[in-house]
Amino acid sequence: MKNEEYLLVLEAGRVEKNYWKDLWRYRELFYFIAWRDILVRYKQTVIGIAWSIIRPFLTMIVFTLVFGKLAKLPSEGVPYPILVFAAMLPWQFFSNSLSEASNSLIQNASMLTKVYFPRIVVPASSVIVSVVDFFISFVILGLLMAWYGFVPGWRMFSLPLFLLLAFAASFGFSLWLAALNVRYRDFQYVIPFIVQFGLYISPVGFSSSIVPEKWRLLYSLNPMVGVIDGFRWAILGGGTRIYWPGFLLSSTLTFIILVSGFRYFRKTERVLADVI
Amino acid sequence: MSAIIQVEKIGKKYILSHQRQSYYALRDVMADSVKRWGRKIIHPLASRRDPDPTHEEFWALKDVSFEINQGDRVGIIGRNGAGKSTLLKILSRITESTRGRVTLRGRVASLLEVGTGFHPELTGRENVYLNGAILGMSKANIKRKFDEIVAFAEVEKFLDTPVKRYSSGMYVRLAFAVAAHLEPEILIIDEVLAVGDAQFQKKCLGKMGEVGKEGRTVLFVSHNMTAIQNLCTNAIVLKNGRILTTTADVQNAVETYLSDVGTIKEISLVERKDRQGEGKILITGFKMFDNQGEEIYSLISGQTVEFRIYYECVNNQKPKNVSVGIGISALTGQFLTLLSNEMTQKTFGAIPQKGYCTCKIDKLPLAPMIISVNLIVRQNDIIQDWIQNAASITIEGGDYYGTGRVTPSTHSGFLIEQTWHSHGMSDVS
Repeated sequence: MKNEEYLLVLEAGRVEKNYWKDLWRYRELFYFIAWRDILVRYKQTVIGIAWSIIRPFLTMIVFTLVFGKLAKLPSEGVPYPILVFAAMLPWQFFSNSLSEASNSLIQNASMLTKVYFPRIVVPASSVIVSVVDFFISFVILGLLMAWYGFVPGWRMFSLPLFLLLAFAASFGFSLWLAALNVRYRDFQYVIPFIVQFGLYISPVGFSSSIVPEKWRLLYSLNPMVGVIDGFRWAILGGGTRIYWPGFLLSSTLTFIILVSGFRYFRKTERVLADVI
Repeated sequence: MSAIIQVEKIGKKYILSHQRQSYYALRDVMADSVKRWGRKIIHPLASRRDPDPTHEEFWALKDVSFEINQGDRVGIIGRNGAGKSTLLKILSRITESTRGRVTLRGRVASLLEVGTGFHPELTGRENVYLNGAILGMSKANIKRKFDEIVAFAEVEKFLDTPVKRYSSGMYVRLAFAVAAHLEPEILIIDEVLAVGDAQFQKKCLGKMGEVGKEGRTVLFVSHNMTAIQNLCTNAIVLKNGRILTTTADVQNAVETYLSDVGTIKEISLVERKDRQGEGKILITGFKMFDNQGEEIYSLISGQTVEFRIYYECVNNQKPKNVSVGIGISALTGQFLTLLSNEMTQKTFGAIPQKGYCTCKIDKLPLAPMIISVNLIVRQNDIIQDWIQNAASITIEGGDYYGTGRVTPSTHSGFLIEQTWHSHGMSDVS
């Protein structure tokens, strides 16, 4: 019988085994949803694109003034705006992903209760939209470097690796938050707080080298510390040194969050249509 | 031949929580755990397995098993809450069953709503691709069928307009057009034909019939019994989460469903909350009597019947200019006739504060069927009380024409006194 290739057995509590096969089968839908999200975000709107430029740019100016000029923090031998903006890139990516992805399931609730597809597609596509924002900001960084006559070194080529790390961190947290947001609907009030708080406890406005040596390992418990340090190391080159034990700790934590986030999301996914 | 869909003893349990909103909030979780802590401190010996009074188990489906062969068009019927939608959701994998096993031998496309995933900001063209992908079509496939879809929907001119500017008719047509061009082996449809204008509905029904003839398997939920009878080759009747019948005799299944619906309306009219009107006069009861004055509960074609509508006026008034109506419809929703004092005589000049109005029919001209009765009371053209589906009444076959022959149940509709003659014509021309 020709239909055997589509044989599907649904058994209570044992849907798991089809999951990876399904992810592959629904890859086209993933492109489409991501394409939709990008289209919708940039459609109406000159403001859509402008917004993704203005926000990091203004934050960069404020941080340069406050931390660079007023507090006179060290700048690792590069222009302070570039120091800040190199960190702004992954941070903006992270915080955009979080805010978009955490609401994504609820926003798409009507679709989720009407048709089946691997639900992970939805938060994943929100993260993809943030990747697009990331590349737009990256152009700004390029302009900023040209303005200051700053030439990046060979380490720049390792940037994709750190971008991958940033992606892992963003996606991991996004999965956690998207799932928690469905289970506990008032969780959405916590998210802006996490994002805002994170901006100050992560080394965005300053270099993490100002943290005293004995606290560095503890500081690296924040996964974004590893990501941001990696970005600075790759983009700024030269005098920037990376604190490897801390970086490894951060990266391990990122990995744990990604895996646990995925599992928690899977658990929520199975009851999603009943609770959303 | 092995069945294309095989359902073995599936069940779906929901936990109903009273007291609470539809969703769970973190603060509730915190408050609950604090409460539980408190209780533990006060009654340290109380058993931990104290059942939570705010939670209640509810089986939306229980022990449901059936098999469907390739090419069958199966109508799933049942009252609201019988578990139809839950069944469709399990088959289309939106939700997981709590128990049991489902085997599907083919690609499934589910159409529980037209236009799932349509985004108002996107253009018609973009939405066709998006919606097609959501319903499980591949990009190449959508591309190939694109022109066909657009032609079916009749929206060629508006392809590059955002769908938020579409009229609702265009929107529905486009959405259905995408769905109609799916090519899954198994198609699951939930009441989507209830949308669109009559002409488009007809087109959709035609398309569905075609789909079935192409050897695809269709599962179809509807309250429209006519559509079920026309489209389906098999039927499954659900009641309270269990299967009442599975049969290839659709006619019979529809009757089972209808008679099931017919026996349920026993809630007294006084307690009905779903009534409309100003409420100065309230309908309190509806009864039927035969010509001996005995109360009867079902009717026979051709019999004499007196309907009584009991009422009560609030505020001690004695209302004037009152009209009373009994609307009769078939259970398929088709309106049949209105019995009304205003139409046939004139309104009641003044009625006592509490009492009943009667309406007598000497020879009931309705063929065997189940009718649904709406009751309405108006005063000076203002609706005072209006109860939809106040009663469902079974009409049994009777000797209407006085010929000793009982009208068969297949001849549902009206019975009309008639005279027949035969005439010869001499062949002169």
